[in-house]
Amino acid sequence: MIDQDSTSGKTRELARRIRIHSLRMTSSGGGSHIGSIYSCADILAVLYGHVLNVIPDDPKSGSRDRFVLSKGHACAGLYAALAERGFFPVEKLATHYQNSSDLCGHVSHHVPGVELSTGSLGHGLSIACGFAYAAKLAGAGHRVFVLLSDGECDEGSVWEAALFAGHHRLDNLTVIIDYNQIQGIAPVTEVLDLAPLHDKWTSFGWGVREVDGHNHDQLMAELSQPLHFDRPTCVIANTVKGKGVSFMEGTVLWHYRIPRGDEFEAALLELENCK
Amino acid sequence: MRDAFIRTLTEIAAQRPEIMLLTGDLGFGVLNDFKARFPKQFLNMGVAEQNMTGVAAGLALEGHVVFTYSLGNFPTIRCLEQIRNDVCYHEANVKIVNVGGGMAYGAVGASHHATEDLAIMRSLPNMTVVSPGDLWEAAEATRAVIDHPGPAYLRLDKSAAPPSHQSGEEFRLGHARMIRDGNDLTLVATGGILEEAVRAADLLEEHGIFCRVLSVHTVKPLDTETLSAAARETGGLVIIEEHMIDGGLGGAVAENLLELNVHPTFFLRIGLRSGFSSIVGTQQYLRGVYGLDANAIVTAVIAKRSEFSETAKVGTS
Repeated sequence: MIDQDSTSGKTRELARRIRIHSLRMTSSGGGSHIGSIYSCADILAVLYGHVLNVIPDDPKSGSRDRFVLSKGHACAGLYAALAERGFFPVEKLATHYQNSSDLCGHVSHHVPGVELSTGSLGHGLSIACGFAYAAKLAGAGHRVFVLLSDGECDEGSVWEAALFAGHHRLDNLTVIIDYNQIQGIAPVTEVLDLAPLHDKWTSFGWGVREVDGHNHDQLMAELSQPLHFDRPTCVIANTVKGKGVSFMEGTVLWHYRIPRGDEFEAALLELENCK
Repeated sequence: MRDAFIRTLTEIAAQRPEIMLLTGDLGFGVLNDFKARFPKQFLNMGVAEQNMTGVAAGLALEGHVVFTYSLGNFPTIRCLEQIRNDVCYHEANVKIVNVGGGMAYGAVGASHHATEDLAIMRSLPNMTVVSPGDLWEAAEATRAVIDHPGPAYLRLDKSAAPPSHQSGEEFRLGHARMIRDGNDLTLVATGGILEEAVRAADLLEEHGIFCRVLSVHTVKPLDTETLSAAARETGGLVIIEEHMIDGGLGGAVAENLLELNVHPTFFLRIGLRSGFSSIVGTQQYLRGVYGLDANAIVTAVIAKRSEFSETAKVGTS
């Protein structure tokens, strides 16, 4: 049972709603990254349900925390989080992937509350470094968060940006890596092994923590405050691809597969019953 | 042009604290003064152009006017997707500066020849493409891209045409400048190779051919009005650029005039037709080898005119 009165109870309920919305959105649309959305649904819920200082009525408020979804293919999860936070009506989610909608299959900055369009991997961290550096120059107190995928860490530009942030000690910047161990068409260890990921980020000048990326209390503890005052933070979130739907968990198949028919019904039933 | 750029930028940056200059670890001795005077407005990003461009987009979206500075293809093609997605798509106020347009760094080889940049950059949505022909244009273009909100590409050359501006003349993005007038044809140039166009116009006068010379410092948006007028009033258009023959200024002029139903009596593109340069040489030397210098322009123009007059004779006989 989710205790909806506790803080983590609220964010866990938000995560469940994000998963249900995303299931419907990817099912009716022509494309899916449902496994990648579910591995980071708890992270998105903790960010939008508790950590981020954002104002739905004033999405461009100067003092807002900036969140960059660099793994833009998980955008259905972000759109769902934004709708649940009141950035736009929940009904709009039904237009995802439909003709004439602005809710495209890789995240779009035309959607209220979305900072940046991404979709090509390896872009978000550099831009976020620009946000963080600008905040330092201005003496502004807001924080900058970036959610990366593990496969995205294959991109050289991620490491260019990691060098920059470490060098300039951007302690207002937090990277979260959705380390679900499965990339586009194969497990990370088979494609380009990232291990030891912790050591890589540490050696680039970052303060690194590892958490269970589905444990809301742990996520809150690591994300609510910057971990260091002299360097950027990297939170490696150990996650399960497809988390929340038993037959999707830990499979390469559900990176791209669209949940339809019996699979859709079975997934919905599991999510609705996990209260 | 590089010095004209940095002098102008330094002057304006003193008044405009939101201006930032990011370099990809180039500009030794050139950027020192800027860095010393405005340490908060300067970043050496290291040899990391993708990150430089992404960070520039982030800074720009937070209200800065950001210049990225590098050489040849490094600030453009090396990080093209960051320019497309991060800068252009978000309409970020980023100005990309290339201090080695064309074969300015001729002797170092093809890696450093920026000879496809105009074609590539002009195809990007929201991008303004500026390629000054002389030092005055370089300084004025620097001011103009600061005042112009949104992405811009500033292609600076080592070579430059002699000064030709009138006192009080106003530089306007998207408006070509007439360097001299003539009735027989128009030489249309972009970038430092304007100097070859001016020299060719002098030489052609000795053959009794009087050329109009236009400096098209803004390749995008293109001044179709001035170009159309040149076609109507002088007949032939000769497009001169230190760039591959495909897709650059010649391509832009042809596309636009054809669509406007403007048909010059003849149309000649002077550009690189032989692919990558495999030989060593200064910019001047390579222009000679590849048919871009004043003498080559004269020869090509005379041949084209005689071809046209032969055709005309056949047509009337």
